[in-house]
Amino acid sequence: MTELADTASAPAPSLSTRFEVVPIVLFAAFAAAPLFATYSGAEGYVLSLLTRVMIFGIAAMALDLILGYGALVSFGHAAFLGIGGYAVGILATHGIEDALIQIPVALVASALFALVTGAISLRTKGVYFIMITLAFGQMLYFLATSLAAYGGDDGMTLSSRSLVAGSRILKSDFAFYWMCLICLLGAYAFSRSVVASRFGRVLRGTRENAIRMEAIGFQPFRFQLAAYVISGMMAGLAGCLLANQAEFVSPAFMTWQRSGELIFMVVLGGLGSLHGAIIGAAAFLLLEEFLPEILHGVSFFLAEETRAHLAENWKMVFGPLLILIVLFVRGGIMGLLRRPRHG
Amino acid sequence: MTATLLFVQTLNGLQFGLILFLIAAGLTLVFGVMDFINLAHGVQYMVGAYLVAAFSVWTGSFGWALLLALPSALGFGLLLEVLVFRHLYDRDHLDQVLATFGVILFLNQAVKFVWGAAPLSVPVPDLLSGSVEIASGLLYPVYRLAIIAAGLIVAALLYVLVNHTRIGMLVRAGASNAAMVSALGVNIQRLFMIVFGFGAMLAGFAGAMVAPILSVEPGMGDNILILAFVVIVIGGIGSIRGAFLAALLIGLVDTVGRSFAPNLLRLFLDPAAASQTGRAIAPMLIYIFMAAVLFFRPSGLFPVKR
Amino acid sequence: MNVTIKTLGLAAAVTLAAAPAMAQEKLKVGLLLTLSGPSAVLGQQARDGFQLAVKDLGSKLGGRDVEVIVVDDELKPDVAVTKVKGLLERDKVDFVVGPIFSNVAVAVHKPIVDANTFYISTNAGPSNLAGKSCSPYFFATSYQNDQNHEVLGKVAQDRGYKKVYLLAPNYQAGKDALAGFKRHYKGEVVEESYVPLNTLDFQSELAKIASMQPDAIFTFMPGGMGVNLVKQYRAAGLADRIPFLSAFTVDESTLPAQQDAAIGMLGGSNWAPNLDNPQNKKFVAAYEAAYNSVPGSYSMHAYDAALLIDSALKSTGGKMDNKDAVRAAIKKADFKSLRGDFKFGSNGFPVQDFYLVKAAKRSDGKFQTEIVEKVFDDYTDAYAKECAATN
Repeated sequence: MTELADTASAPAPSLSTRFEVVPIVLFAAFAAAPLFATYSGAEGYVLSLLTRVMIFGIAAMALDLILGYGALVSFGHAAFLGIGGYAVGILATHGIEDALIQIPVALVASALFALVTGAISLRTKGVYFIMITLAFGQMLYFLATSLAAYGGDDGMTLSSRSLVAGSRILKSDFAFYWMCLICLLGAYAFSRSVVASRFGRVLRGTRENAIRMEAIGFQPFRFQLAAYVISGMMAGLAGCLLANQAEFVSPAFMTWQRSGELIFMVVLGGLGSLHGAIIGAAAFLLLEEFLPEILHGVSFFLAEETRAHLAENWKMVFGPLLILIVLFVRGGIMGLLRRPRHG
Repeated sequence: MTATLLFVQTLNGLQFGLILFLIAAGLTLVFGVMDFINLAHGVQYMVGAYLVAAFSVWTGSFGWALLLALPSALGFGLLLEVLVFRHLYDRDHLDQVLATFGVILFLNQAVKFVWGAAPLSVPVPDLLSGSVEIASGLLYPVYRLAIIAAGLIVAALLYVLVNHTRIGMLVRAGASNAAMVSALGVNIQRLFMIVFGFGAMLAGFAGAMVAPILSVEPGMGDNILILAFVVIVIGGIGSIRGAFLAALLIGLVDTVGRSFAPNLLRLFLDPAAASQTGRAIAPMLIYIFMAAVLFFRPSGLFPVKR
Repeated sequence: MNVTIKTLGLAAAVTLAAAPAMAQEKLKVGLLLTLSGPSAVLGQQARDGFQLAVKDLGSKLGGRDVEVIVVDDELKPDVAVTKVKGLLERDKVDFVVGPIFSNVAVAVHKPIVDANTFYISTNAGPSNLAGKSCSPYFFATSYQNDQNHEVLGKVAQDRGYKKVYLLAPNYQAGKDALAGFKRHYKGEVVEESYVPLNTLDFQSELAKIASMQPDAIFTFMPGGMGVNLVKQYRAAGLADRIPFLSAFTVDESTLPAQQDAAIGMLGGSNWAPNLDNPQNKKFVAAYEAAYNSVPGSYSMHAYDAALLIDSALKSTGGKMDNKDAVRAAIKKADFKSLRGDFKFGSNGFPVQDFYLVKAAKRSDGKFQTEIVEKVFDDYTDAYAKECAATN
């Protein structure tokens, strides 16, 4: 059986300047967005939508780190969103509301969960790896639904966003937006340095040919496990932010469908470029939000009832759209951006 | 009481396992032979159920509906193969996952578009609508026994087909080395189509069989798809024998475990804690089981040699 | 998803001619409902009920033209939060109406009331919104979640059942359901059986029930689970021997699939399609004509929500700017509810009558629930006393 994701390999670490344009434009857009939000007259909504994009961007990027660079398809990554979210929620119900405590706790918890499940999962390969990570994700999901003290299946509402060193600064949507942007930038810079380091090269080498890496003296298992733990921690951080964004935590954060959506974000954006994952998350979430309206808008020539019907059944358009992207746009959205260069 | 209960639960587990097997058989073949991850296999089960619901309204008879639904499910599977799946065989697994997920989104919404969001109902055929009394006061529906019988018959037919016919030999050869089979001059494209259509029909058959006892609704294939994946992974991908054994194991673990986990825990814990933990653990059982199997056998119970 | 009900040209012309003074902005109402996934049918019932009311009121609420914006919460609480923020800040809605599910209701509660916007639930009534976390901006035209279960507990107690078997899915609403049942039922509970959510096969539970021979069973199995349970309960031959009491299991959303299997099964409700009052008869007939299905309580609550908004705005002269005045007008509940008696309690939940209902086949071959007897008169929920809001 071929290793997963081997055809859509990541570009070499020495990215040409042309490619660097994409992340710069991307982050500049994120930085400029609050201005736009103020003028739009619905700043809370615009900010909350974009904050969600950035949070899922972090999670998708975390997945890209092991999926795009290590060919490890984790189908249980939403579990880490849940760990991060529940760390915030559970600590907050016990009166510990400071992000400076919540986030480290979430990171440690995610790391421990990743260490244990990763060590077991990495014994398997390919589809078996997909399914065993799914199994661990499902276990955590059912555990969360049985936590009656913390809302069980209904989840729990946070009384407010987390404090930062005792201050209520995150109460402002703008401040929270900037915090998410800083986290996204930090996670991106960190991931880039991981990918470019010797560690990242070994990881990529393992993806291409694990046996050869072993022959030249590396132990692939250790590198893969380390990458899995790092990825889990980043997704855990995204979970902390997601809980704060929605001011709500529930088991719905970690359904298998959510894990699947993370994979789709990564593939949609293009594997193995990190910022591709962010773009994929943005595309996915913005389509989910606006496709009904777009459909309603472009079908202006039809009767109102038909238009409403069309908008309601937007998934009948979303599905074929995904198929078409896969069939005709190799390498996801990043592939599309790269194409002119290859001619 | 416990002995009868255990017997009934075993029957239930068997019936559930056989339904899972019908779905998993196609999935494992498609996966094993074509190296193709088909997430849309679950919606083929759903389509089978909807087809039988539609045909039974039209013909007024479950038997005719089933007879019409099978070729329709086959045709539908082939249509999907030609329209979408054929273009994905040479892609990597992730592209396949994404595209077939698109098919799921589309079809889940499409059945709602055509038949409405409300669950549909298919009456149990008159011939099989009775019950047999297996213990005092406990009736077991004949229809469920019919499902068990049908499942076992299909499993036996599959066994003969795969192990004792030429096409079965090609399929087995394809599962271990598709490139070699192709090099030996077999029309691999046609083999793929046959396997694919056959798998879709089996899933459709499973959906049609459960339609009278379960509610027919959009999205009914999603959860069963995950279970079918659990089955083929435990069984070893590409192995019909593995899928059969794993399906029965999962069926039994889920059904029997669900009602006896709290009782078992009571041996170690006080009753309140036992029922609390039992309730939390019951839905996790099959996943714990799968993780344990993969821990000891990373390629499933019956890995196909390659 | 923005679906605007455009006033029909004719209606608009009539309006312009009749009330030239009313140059007010359109009233905006956001409907937040589950419209995709297996539970979509509940959201559709609510949407259709609300839109039918708007149509019956001449595309106006409280004399103002109305724009209804329907959004799908996809039954994902965090998606719902973002969509609600869109309704509040982009569309600037005056009312949020919905949702169906309690977990969504809990998640969107904070953003809506923080924005000082009126929030009218048409189904979900989680205990914390009725009690500790109640808000002066939150009203329900439905019920508190426990109440329908309490009806059956009372019935089981009054009928003198000694042993009852309880069955629910293993999640919060399931646990609340059984707790609600036990509030009035004091007999023996032979077994509290929890099955995983989305269980489709109940043979093991049915085997247990048959062997235990209880006087009745009580269950809460919403949606597809209820369809399966009812069909399998009937097939196992238990339906004629052990009374089947349930809530949210046998209703107009599941009866089209349960059909004959459900006939005679008992439920608890604040309403049924055959409730005898003129406005209800008119509603049921109009709904069936428009949507070709029997309305359930989901549509009734949504229809009432539109009537409620209409009555409140009539009383304020169409004005929304003084929130206290609007609240006072809502509290009066000065409309003809489809269920007859209706008034609000101190926590914004209705004080209303509850009935024992029974599934039946009508002469036209369709199925509906029908009233057997009144169980509670002017009944207040158990959490109202925990509510401290100055409602």
